[in-house]
Amino acid sequence: MRELIGRLRDIVGDEWCLTAEHDLRTYESDGLLQYAATPGVAVLPGTAEQVQACVRACAEAEVPWVARGSGSGLSGGALPLTEGVLIVTSRMKRILEIDLPNQRVCVEPGVTNISVSSAVAPDFFYPPDPSSQIVCSIGGNVAENSGGAHCFKYGFTTNYVCGLEIVLPDGELVTLGGRELDPPGYDLLGAFVGSEGTLGIATKVWLRVMPAPETVKTLVAFFDSTHAAGEAVSEIVQSGVVPGAIEMMDKVAIEASEQMAHAGYPVGRGAALLVELDGAERECETRFEEVVAVCERCGSDDVRVARDEAERQLFWKTRKAAFPAMGRISPNYFVQDGVIPRTKLPEVLEAIDALAQEYGMIVANVFHAGDGNLHPLVCFDGRNEGEAERAEELSGRILDACLEAGGSITGEHGVGVDKKKHMPKMFSEPDLDAFQRLRCAWDPAGLANPGKVMPTPRLCGEVPGVYRQHPLEAAGLAERF
Amino acid sequence: MKPGTAEDAAALLKTLGEEGRTVVPRGGGTKPWGPPGEGAVVETTGLARLLEHNVGDFTAILEAGAPLADAQAAFEAEGQMLALDPALNDRATIGGIMATADSGPLRHRYGGMRDLVVGATVALSDGTLAKSGGKVIKNVAGYDLAKLFTGSYGTLGLIVRVAVRLHPLPPRTATAIGASDDPDVLGAAATDLASHPLEADSLDVDWRDGTGRLLVRFGSAAADQQAAATVARMEDLGLEERAVVEDDDELWMAQRVRQRGACVLKVSGRIGDLPAVCRTGADVVGRAGLGLFWLALDPADVAGVRAALAPRACTLLDAPPELREHAWADPDPGALAVMARVKERFDPARIFRPGAFVGGI
Repeated sequence: MRELIGRLRDIVGDEWCLTAEHDLRTYESDGLLQYAATPGVAVLPGTAEQVQACVRACAEAEVPWVARGSGSGLSGGALPLTEGVLIVTSRMKRILEIDLPNQRVCVEPGVTNISVSSAVAPDFFYPPDPSSQIVCSIGGNVAENSGGAHCFKYGFTTNYVCGLEIVLPDGELVTLGGRELDPPGYDLLGAFVGSEGTLGIATKVWLRVMPAPETVKTLVAFFDSTHAAGEAVSEIVQSGVVPGAIEMMDKVAIEASEQMAHAGYPVGRGAALLVELDGAERECETRFEEVVAVCERCGSDDVRVARDEAERQLFWKTRKAAFPAMGRISPNYFVQDGVIPRTKLPEVLEAIDALAQEYGMIVANVFHAGDGNLHPLVCFDGRNEGEAERAEELSGRILDACLEAGGSITGEHGVGVDKKKHMPKMFSEPDLDAFQRLRCAWDPAGLANPGKVMPTPRLCGEVPGVYRQHPLEAAGLAERF
Repeated sequence: MKPGTAEDAAALLKTLGEEGRTVVPRGGGTKPWGPPGEGAVVETTGLARLLEHNVGDFTAILEAGAPLADAQAAFEAEGQMLALDPALNDRATIGGIMATADSGPLRHRYGGMRDLVVGATVALSDGTLAKSGGKVIKNVAGYDLAKLFTGSYGTLGLIVRVAVRLHPLPPRTATAIGASDDPDVLGAAATDLASHPLEADSLDVDWRDGTGRLLVRFGSAAADQQAAATVARMEDLGLEERAVVEDDDELWMAQRVRQRGACVLKVSGRIGDLPAVCRTGADVVGRAGLGLFWLALDPADVAGVRAALAPRACTLLDAPPELREHAWADPDPGALAVMARVKERFDPARIFRPGAFVGGI
C-alpha cells in the first residue's frame, strides 16, 4: 500500500493525495451515515488521464478502489474500503461542450446535476432531478441511475446518457456511445448506467437535454387519508394525464416539513398531494382543471394552486424538506426506497402502518406516487439500546411488503451496501449469477467497488467456455468444423 | 425448434450448447439479418402469451414470441398502448423487436425499446434462465440486463419474457405538415421545431425525389390546436404546402413502412445531420428530433453513402445477402473489446450466431 500511495502521489500531486487521518475522515461515509470506513488513501484527480493512471496503479498493485462523486448517495455505494483507494471526482467539474441545436452537453463527472440545467437554461433543461441536485454529481448520477421527482414523465439518468468516456478497472480508457443515439453493438451504456461504480469510472459524460416546458402548473391538495390521496393519484394517471411530478406526504411528514418550511400547510391532515403539470400551455390548462376536479372528487376540500413561481418553489421546498425535517421529530431515521405497483399503494401503506404499530415506532411516508416509489422514514433514537437494530428490522420488513406486492427493493437510491442483503429476496441464484457475468466481463479482477450490490462476495474465475477460439482460427489460418 | 415454456427453452439451449450447435433465434422471422448461415433455428412463436396486463399500473409482461400487433390490440381495449411503433408487420414479436431494438415515430416522445422495457428473462447457452429488472416502472436493483439484451440481435442469449411500461392511448391525434425542396431549409426548421417544447408525439422527416417535408404529430385532447400552432410556426420557418391533417394514421403508417425495404441503411446521426442525409440522393425517413434516419438506396450506393456520412455509424438493416456481411458499423475498439468479453460470459458455449455480430463477435 505504501508503494501504491507513492505512485498515486506522483500522479495527482501531493496536495490531492490524502493520507492524514483527519483528511480521510471527511470521506468515511456517503449520504448514508450509518456506514463508515476510513479509506486507506483518497485521491482527487483533476483529469481523465490522472483517473486512468490511478486506476492502472491500483490494478497493478491489485488494490481495490471506490469511486466517489459528491458523496450524497443514500445506499452506501461510495462507502470506502479501509484497505483500498478512494477516487474522488469532485475536482473534475468542467462543462466541456454545449451543443444546443443538437441538444447535447458534455461534462466531467464532478459537475453537479443542477449546473447542467443551469448551463442550458432558459431554453433547455436536464430532466433527472434528484432531491440532492444542488450537490450531487453527474458521475454519481450515472453510477446510481438517479431519478428524481420528475422522472415519472421524463425518465431517469439512463434515458439521458448517450455517451461515456470511462476508465475500465484494468486502466483502459474506453468510449461508449457518444453524441448520437444507437451506437453500434451491445448497449454498454445501458449496462453501465446504474452499475453503482462496479464496472468502471466515468471521466466524461454526454447528456441529452430537452426543451424546457412552455408552462408549469403546480398544486397541493390535502386529504383526510393517504388512501383518499392514493385514489386521486390512480384516477389522475388513469385519465391519461402524465404529470411532470406527483408526490405524496403523509401526516407525520407534513407536520415535520411544515415546522421547517413554514408553507402554511394544515398540520393534522392525513395526506398532501403535490401535482405538477408541465408542457404546452393549452394542453396544460385543460389537464390542470381535470386534476383539480379529480382531487375534489376524491375528497380534497383544500386544493391550493401555486399563483406564481415563488409559491411553487415554496410547495417544493416543503416536499424537499421532508428528509431533513425528520431530524426535528426524531434523533435518527432510516430511509427506505422500495417500489410497488402503483395500484398496491393502499394495501402497502396499511401494511406499513401495521408494522409501525407492531414495532411501536413512527414511520413517516414521503413518496413519488406516480411511479410507486416509497420513501418510508423509520424514526428511532440510536441512544436507546437495540433501537437501531429494531428500526433496521422494521425497514427490512417494509421492503418485504414491497416485494410481496410485486415491487422492488430500490427505485433510485441503489443497492450499495445497504440493501445487498435483500437482493436474494428479489433475485434467484441464477439471476445473481447473470449479474456476476456482466461484472466479470468488465472487472475480472474484482477491484471496482467490491462488496457492493451483490449479496455475497464472488470471484470471477476463468471464462467458463467450452470453446475458445484457437489463435490459428483468429488469424484465419484454420476453421472449426 | 419451438419450445413452449421458458424452462423448455433453457433446457433446449443447454443441449445445443453442449453439442456446440449454432443457434439462430427467431421471432416472427420478419427481420433476417447478418450473413445467411447454417444453424438450429429456435423459434419463440411457441411462447406467445400476454402473461400480465396490469391496467392500473400501466405495465405488461409478455412472452417473447407474442406478436406486438396482438398485444397492442389488448392494450388498446383498455385505452392503453405500448408506445412503440416499428415498421408494422403482423408477425413481428416483442422479443424480436427488442433483440433488434426496432422502433418507430413514437420514439420521439417515448424513447425506444430500451426506454420502455422494465424487465426481461433470458435463457443462456448453458441452460441458465435469468431475470433482471422487475415489473415496476422505477427500479435500480441489480444490473440492467434488459437494456444489454435490447439490440443484441440474439447473440447473447434468447429473450423469453419481457416486462414493459405502457402509456395512455391519446384521445385524438393531429399532424402538422410543412414542405421544402431545400435540405437546408428543412434542416433548420427541424432544428427549430425540435428545440421548442411542442410536446409532440413524433417529429419526422420524409424526403423523396429531391423534395421533402416535416411531419409533427400531436396526441392529446388539444391535438388539433397544437398542430395549427405548429403550422403557423412552420410558415415562419419557410416551409410550404402547410396543412393540418386530423385523419393522420395513413401518413404515419407510410413513415413506418419506409423503414424497411430491399436495401435500407440506418444512420445514427445528430439533429443537424438532416441536410447531409437528404443530399445523399437516397430516399429518407427519419426522426428529425433525434437524429436517426433510414435511407432507402441502391445496393451499389451503400459504400459511397457511408463514406459521405462518415464518421456517423451506418447500419445496413435490410440488404441483399451478399451485402449483409458488412451490415455493421465499427464500435470504438475499446468498447468492442468489452463487448467481446460480455459475449464470452453470456454465451459461454458460443452458439448464438458466433461471428455474425458487430466486429465479428
